[in-house]
Amino acid sequence: MTKKTILNSAHRELNARMVDFGGWDMPVNYGSQIDEHHFVRQSVGMFDVSHMTVVDVNGAQAKAYLQTLLANDVAKLTRQGKALYSCMLNEDAGIIDDLIVYFLDEQNYRLVVNASTRDKDIAWLEKQAEGFNVDINEKPTLAMIAVQGPKARQKVCPLLPDRLGLSAAEIKPFSACWHGEWFVGRTGYTGEDGFEIMLPEDKAEGFWKQLLEVGVKPCGLGARDTLRLEAGMNLYGQDMDETKNPLESGLAWTIAWEPASRDFVGKAALQAIKEKASSDKFVGLLLEEKGVLRGHQKVVLEDGARGEITSGGYSPTMERSIALARVPANIGETCKIDIRGKLKNATVVKPCFVRQGAIQIKI
Amino acid sequence: MSDTPNDRKYADSHEWALLEADGNIRVGITDHAQELLGDLVFVELPEVGQELNKGDECSVVESVKAASDIYSPVTGEIVAVNEELDDTPEAINTSPYADGWIFVIKPTETSELDDLLDADGYINLTEDE
Repeated sequence: MTKKTILNSAHRELNARMVDFGGWDMPVNYGSQIDEHHFVRQSVGMFDVSHMTVVDVNGAQAKAYLQTLLANDVAKLTRQGKALYSCMLNEDAGIIDDLIVYFLDEQNYRLVVNASTRDKDIAWLEKQAEGFNVDINEKPTLAMIAVQGPKARQKVCPLLPDRLGLSAAEIKPFSACWHGEWFVGRTGYTGEDGFEIMLPEDKAEGFWKQLLEVGVKPCGLGARDTLRLEAGMNLYGQDMDETKNPLESGLAWTIAWEPASRDFVGKAALQAIKEKASSDKFVGLLLEEKGVLRGHQKVVLEDGARGEITSGGYSPTMERSIALARVPANIGETCKIDIRGKLKNATVVKPCFVRQGAIQIKI
Repeated sequence: MSDTPNDRKYADSHEWALLEADGNIRVGITDHAQELLGDLVFVELPEVGQELNKGDECSVVESVKAASDIYSPVTGEIVAVNEELDDTPEAINTSPYADGWIFVIKPTETSELDDLLDADGYINLTEDE
């Protein structure tokens, strides 16, 4: 049985092309995915991300629990509403999921985890909670709408209830504010400014339609994927999974090794991997010829060694094909990609292609 | 609702084949296929002079979502390819039956067209999908 978000009928009214996404019936586009992509980079678009899983961690030991659970350190969060991106590892340092954690106060945190990993995440959160004075409270009745683009804040703030619009206009990037069940994070998955807004399900359709009326363009999962690829953001299940560790997934920056006294699940295994220093590297690729890079295509280094594209596609902003890839650490400045048996030239770049409307690499 | 003109034949792999006055056959993909693929961003064209059997893979169309093989609907020799698609692959989205043609093949046996579906047959096929 396919699951539906509260906005399902709103998508159908807009003639969205719907697809099955990890058991959810979700819009992939409402017409042209490329138009939606450009609209977010240049103006403002919105995405229904209500399928994502929101979990509150409440209790006297919430902080200690999350310091053990997560590879990044929630002790970095000192200002109310501040957010942190982290991996949640298993004992072997494999990535169970990536998530955002918001600091509400020392005893209350909010996690946003992936939809496709919901069941195993909840099971893991509960298992790890043994011995801690915490409650794990999933919030399945919250809808979530991401409004992204340079005009996101000016369009959203006037529509928020009560004084939340004033607070939302003030918050810094990667921070949140809230009022009642409404929760507004200045976060996103596109490389643009914007908000991710959690709100009660019974308010979601009305809010979505208000956003439509002020010219916010509905965008599907297709544009969401090309936007996050251009921003160089990893997608769980494609760029990393439980068989991969953060060091070989471009996520070394999310590991808090200090203070050394803090132990977290997977730390010992990750330390051992780090000391061996044989880990693969995670890079961005820019195709120098015509064609489209896709996940699972082989990357061929000058010495014949092989790597693999984890996510690839067409970049509407750059009008070129780009990819994220896991490759041997000795890769040079260029490499070849095996596209249907033909070797095509690619340049190796830092995996951040476009941010805030601007191309970040030389093309 | 997808458009399916009556003047041509259809393969169950979603190519159309139009018999032209000179006896050659023009080939492209259907409106239904381009809708499924989404925005087209790259077309790998066959080569003029290439000889193909019916059902051979001869071209690849890539959309933002996926790559899709194009199969020759008949046996013959490629006599023209739509080089405009190198710069404007989106012509397949905007005009799948005219500007978005992919190649023209000189058939060995025109009668192979009889094995393909007519417009009604193709509509039935896509409704069952």
